[in-house]
Amino acid sequence: MEFQFQFDWQAAINAIPFLAKGIPYTLMISFGGLAIGFLLGILFGLLSINKNWFLRWPAITYIEIFRGTPILVQVLFIFYGLPDLIGAPIDPLTAGIAAIALNSGAYISEVVRGGVQSIDKGQNEAGLSLGLSRTQTFWSIIWPQAFRRMIPPLGNQAIVSIKDTSLFSVIGVGELVRQGQVYIASTFTAFEVYFVVALMYLAITLSLSLVLRLVERRGLASI
Amino acid sequence: MTQIVKMKGMNKHFGKLHVLKSIDLTVEQGEVVVIIGASGSGKSTLIRCVNGLEEYESGILEVDNHPLAPKAGNQKTLAEIRKGVGMVFQQFNLFPHLTVKKNIMLAPMKVKSASQVIANATAERLLERVGIGDQADKYPSQLSGGQQQRVAIARALAMEPKLMLFDEPTSALDPEMIGEVLDVMRELAKDGMTMMVVTHEMGFAREVADRVIYIHEGKIVEEGNPSEVFDNPQNERTQAFLSRVLAH
Repeated sequence: MEFQFQFDWQAAINAIPFLAKGIPYTLMISFGGLAIGFLLGILFGLLSINKNWFLRWPAITYIEIFRGTPILVQVLFIFYGLPDLIGAPIDPLTAGIAAIALNSGAYISEVVRGGVQSIDKGQNEAGLSLGLSRTQTFWSIIWPQAFRRMIPPLGNQAIVSIKDTSLFSVIGVGELVRQGQVYIASTFTAFEVYFVVALMYLAITLSLSLVLRLVERRGLASI
Repeated sequence: MTQIVKMKGMNKHFGKLHVLKSIDLTVEQGEVVVIIGASGSGKSTLIRCVNGLEEYESGILEVDNHPLAPKAGNQKTLAEIRKGVGMVFQQFNLFPHLTVKKNIMLAPMKVKSASQVIANATAERLLERVGIGDQADKYPSQLSGGQQQRVAIARALAMEPKLMLFDEPTSALDPEMIGEVLDVMRELAKDGMTMMVVTHEMGFAREVADRVIYIHEGKIVEEGNPSEVFDNPQNERTQAFLSRVLAH
């Protein structure tokens, strides 16, 4: 029996327009989720290093729960589970954005914590000794320095989250992977389609890496 | 005479370690007090209590007529005190993300709501005064250690403090840069600034100090004008310390 596989370029090219419809969803879920996740990360990251135990423990609980459970379970819980609780359906796009936001928020909290704690305590002392309040010292001295150190790990998290959105095909959001699955169902060209899907992810993540590298170079120039 | 700093029976512990033992000390306006002692004797801790970077447990501390209670004290009092007390650190602690000029402008603008124009003029004047007017737009990392420490002094002076604290300002410097920093401090003293200086520079202490204080294991064991302390120390601890540091 002879079997020879031939990569069908034409099939791959034909799939592009249909697959490309998934890109806006992938980007919307990724960057919408990451934007909220960033705010959550700042909030909970700072709370997690607060001296006050009552502020600290809810933050740490949130971080541990969302870092310690799979994002697939999180999104299934939000999409299928939460509607039972609130008595109304949640649309897949919202569920996806929420899952990325909560999940990346937990990881970004740790990035924020690490960034802030990496700044020498002499910086804080210098600010206070000049008469700045704790808040002023934090936002005008500690945070700008911490943020620069946070850029590489934030970029890392963005790439992880973009790839995580591929799991959301299970809740039926028309993102890249979902589009691929739908297309393959009628053409049976799995190899070509997933190859193109992979290239599309790569195009997104590589452009992001490139942008981050430029930002990093400019941001770190002065330190 | 106005007393800028008044300490009475001040005690402080780091865990079990009793770092300051019943400290009595006053600093008059315009006075330069140099604090000497072995490392770990508590001399840095002593001046760090003055602007509340360290808390103390018991006793009395008054800075510029503001009583600062033990254990953190009142945040408002602390803020009030810090506005009038400048500090220069061993490691400079300049803000690396800001230019030299912005380092100096930050506190006047944030704390005293000085306008950009005023703060800028103050920064330029102070940079001239410490001899680095041409470095205003550089970042701290582009300067030598001696230059960085002079910026740190200018930064503290921008708040027009009544008292300057120096915590081993030359200990992190290469030997050839110590002189330029001491020169700036000497000028400050000459202009009548009230100063508390923790240092190992005995030559500077002898020349500039109005009063020298020797601390041993958290206690003031010797106090007097430089010639009394250096030429005729009464306490045997002081004698031993001085013979060790002055031997070379």
